[in-house]
Amino acid sequence: MLDMNPEDIKGEYTEHNLTLYEDICRKVFTTELESPFPKGYLIVSRTDTNGIITHANDSFVEMSGYEKSELIGQPHNILRHPDMPAAAFKDLWDTLNRREKWRGYVKNLRKDGGFYWVYAIVIPNIRNGEVEGFTSVRREPSRKKIDECIKLYAEMSQTK
Amino acid sequence: MPYNLAISPDFKPDQISGWYIFNTWLQKKLDEAIHLDIHQSFAEQHQAIDNEKVDIVYANPFDISRLVREKSFTPVARPVCKPDEAIIACREGAIREITELPQALTVAQANAPEVNTIGMIMLEPANIDKSNIKIIDCENFVVVARHILKGEADVGFFLAESFNELSNLVKKQLYPLINSQINMIHHAFMLSPKFAPHKDKLKELLINMKIDDKGIQILNDIGIEGFESMEEEDAEFMIDLMDTLLS
Repeated sequence: MLDMNPEDIKGEYTEHNLTLYEDICRKVFTTELESPFPKGYLIVSRTDTNGIITHANDSFVEMSGYEKSELIGQPHNILRHPDMPAAAFKDLWDTLNRREKWRGYVKNLRKDGGFYWVYAIVIPNIRNGEVEGFTSVRREPSRKKIDECIKLYAEMSQTK
Repeated sequence: MPYNLAISPDFKPDQISGWYIFNTWLQKKLDEAIHLDIHQSFAEQHQAIDNEKVDIVYANPFDISRLVREKSFTPVARPVCKPDEAIIACREGAIREITELPQALTVAQANAPEVNTIGMIMLEPANIDKSNIKIIDCENFVVVARHILKGEADVGFFLAESFNELSNLVKKQLYPLINSQINMIHHAFMLSPKFAPHKDKLKELLINMKIDDKGIQILNDIGIEGFESMEEEDAEFMIDLMDTLLS
């Protein structure tokens, strides 16, 4: 996955070297600009078993700030925000690998460096007994839950 | 033995005659005897399905998972441009946002499980969940509106289509706080394994209704613009989606 492009960023930004896997890093730029979750909508995407995006609904595209063509075929962690603790995603993958449903609050990174919070539920797509991919549905979280997660994720990142 | 056709119990009462005409049309087109069973509740319909007394069902999205996963039903067609969307409405007044609602909330809801599920999800941003609400179960959406107007319920969950069909007098006294825009949840025609040999013919008939004069008239009577093909993967996707909504 390519590094983020500073020319896409809106406003003042901070640079981070985000470790996605043990040996894969991505340079990302973040701002303090939060995009509100669109009221009444769901953000829906599907990936293959490797986490490569195969389907994105209009809300997903709009909130990400990317064009649809820039998202399809990319790893889902194109949305990974450096404020999210790695342990949350380890838990996600451990849960999905047990063929169970994962749920959690996630801060996502936009193409323009801004962010948006979601309550995400991810389930394995099981067809004829085999996992063919994953569906992720995000809905609007409450501000109270977001505030709790900001504190919790900061603590988790510090004690890493 | 005739086959049995069932309609999701959330049908509109004024469309019952349309569904009987649909069934007469279907019998003629398929050259098969089909009996239309009108179930008054989801429990009654589930019982009929368990007893293998349903061969074709125009199913509520909430039931599709059970029909596919437990009863081996297959999807045939879904209505065009008719997603099931929900509206949360309160009495016209000071409240303009979900987050302004009181925490101990009384909710009026009708017998529409997909609407009630979406309604509960749309209350989440206000930190309202099943643990801090009181539910008033209502016969239909007109009764839901009545409970709000009488001050017995703080909000009501409506199927968007039904909310929009309330009288102007009632609508003027209600305020829609939030309208879902999911666009992926809908009713569908599902077939039992016994009826599966007729699947291709039935699919063709349903899809072509919108280009046939008699078909158009029946579609109008049942409040549907037309049908489009629904494949097994479409049903699986909706089942996965519903599964996440029930979390």
